[in-house]
Amino acid sequence: MSTGRTTAPRLRPLPAGPRGILIDCGTTAAARACYRSLQNRRMSGLLEAEALVPGATTVLVDGVDEPELLAAELPHWPMNEEPEASGECVEIPVCYDGPDLEAVAAMWGVPVDDVADVHSGIEYEAAFCGFSPGFAYLEGLPERLRVPRRENPRTAVPAGSVAVAGPYTGVYPRSSPGGWQLIATMTNPGRLWNEHREPAALLVPGTRVRFAAVRV
Amino acid sequence: MSAVEILRAGVLTTCQDAGRPGWGHLAVPPSGAADLPSWRLANQLAGNPTGACALETTLNGCTVRTHRDVTVVVGGAPCPVTVDGRPEAWGQPVKLKAGSVLDAGPAEVGVRSYLAFSGGLHPKSSLGSHSTCLLSGLGPDPLRVGDTIPLGPSLAHPPLPTQWPAPWAGVSPELVLKLHLGPRLEWFRPDAAAELARGVWTVSEHSNRIGLRLEGPPLRRVDPAAELPSEGIASGSLQVPPDGQPILFGADHPTTGGYPVIGVVGPQAQAAAAQARPGTKIRFAPIPIPQWSRSA
Repeated sequence: MSTGRTTAPRLRPLPAGPRGILIDCGTTAAARACYRSLQNRRMSGLLEAEALVPGATTVLVDGVDEPELLAAELPHWPMNEEPEASGECVEIPVCYDGPDLEAVAAMWGVPVDDVADVHSGIEYEAAFCGFSPGFAYLEGLPERLRVPRRENPRTAVPAGSVAVAGPYTGVYPRSSPGGWQLIATMTNPGRLWNEHREPAALLVPGTRVRFAAVRV
Repeated sequence: MSAVEILRAGVLTTCQDAGRPGWGHLAVPPSGAADLPSWRLANQLAGNPTGACALETTLNGCTVRTHRDVTVVVGGAPCPVTVDGRPEAWGQPVKLKAGSVLDAGPAEVGVRSYLAFSGGLHPKSSLGSHSTCLLSGLGPDPLRVGDTIPLGPSLAHPPLPTQWPAPWAGVSPELVLKLHLGPRLEWFRPDAAAELARGVWTVSEHSNRIGLRLEGPPLRRVDPAAELPSEGIASGSLQVPPDGQPILFGADHPTTGGYPVIGVVGPQAQAAAAQARPGTKIRFAPIPIPQWSRSA
């Protein structure tokens, strides 16, 4: 049980079509709290919606019959902004061998050999998914470790590539174009997405994540 | 094996059912038939239960051979229909003998025709749907010559031969789509709503199931350099990239995006847009931001 404070963040409901609402929560923490609250309401039957899609600082509620009623209720919902302490932490074994390792080390101001310790020393949380099924935007990098995207995106990034850009780190579930800085490779990227597993994605919003350095 | 075999795949023929809405939180696009009402009606006329998987063609139809007796309905974009070279009716149940060759020709108007077979198609499914998704690669691959798709069990009671309820008006050379303004109207210059109301856009050739690219007067932002943190994209969203040329998202749209959405069209407009050919003129009828949002 979380004993965190209960706050009422300022939620701004914005219209997203005849059947949708985009809730602008202002901050990432508020967006996570709002998403958890909406999920709970949906599971207990208090909210009927086709889709709940968390973003960086928003939650989209799509496929609702009367969005104006939801918009009117929202400001009165209690939200708990403390992260859920329960729930296991997913460990992702990776080999720190990415092609942008040296560039990232330089931007972080650490020796190349220390990138593994720095990146694997942080506990992340899957803030939201996007880009490709199984891709989660993992949050937790402190301000000083934020790096820009590459100036020239790669046309093909191999599956399992571990990358950093802005406030996020993430792992590419399948080969795709990509502009993030590649620092490592996940040893078994097949774990990220498995349609025959429930849930299909290993990293669903709210999952806590740690990387573990392995040597090949 | 009871199956449908692809003899000619056309520009793009995919398997489509109602799609997989509700998985957006895992970055899974909704997919499904781009013109849902036409897909639904074709299935209904073929005597299929709601949600059966059908073929969706693009502009120039497809040719198939069936491996058992089956009733088929070709609906959606009107096109010439032949069976073993003989003309047959569009928009009506047609009985095919095992081994017959059915050809759905080029669309006369619109883009996407639907081939609904009694018993429905049963290709590989993914998260409960047989729909091909061009963006994520989920579901069966787009069809190629020689592919066979399993057919469901023949229905005990064939459907009554009814007709397409109304003559298909098709798509006029100019479409007017109701556009619900928001969520990010405020990211645009104050005259953007007026620009939306009077501008005319043309559907670009670079349009597909992911979205219609529209060419016309640019929709200008207040601050072109500002970055929007990634946020969920509602079905029917009109997103505006930095060049100001909007994209009207379709069934295979990305689930999140970092460009502002100026407005969203409803399900009927989404279906109409899915039948809009490159070159079609599009106008918008903006619907103001609702009161509940303005007072918030």
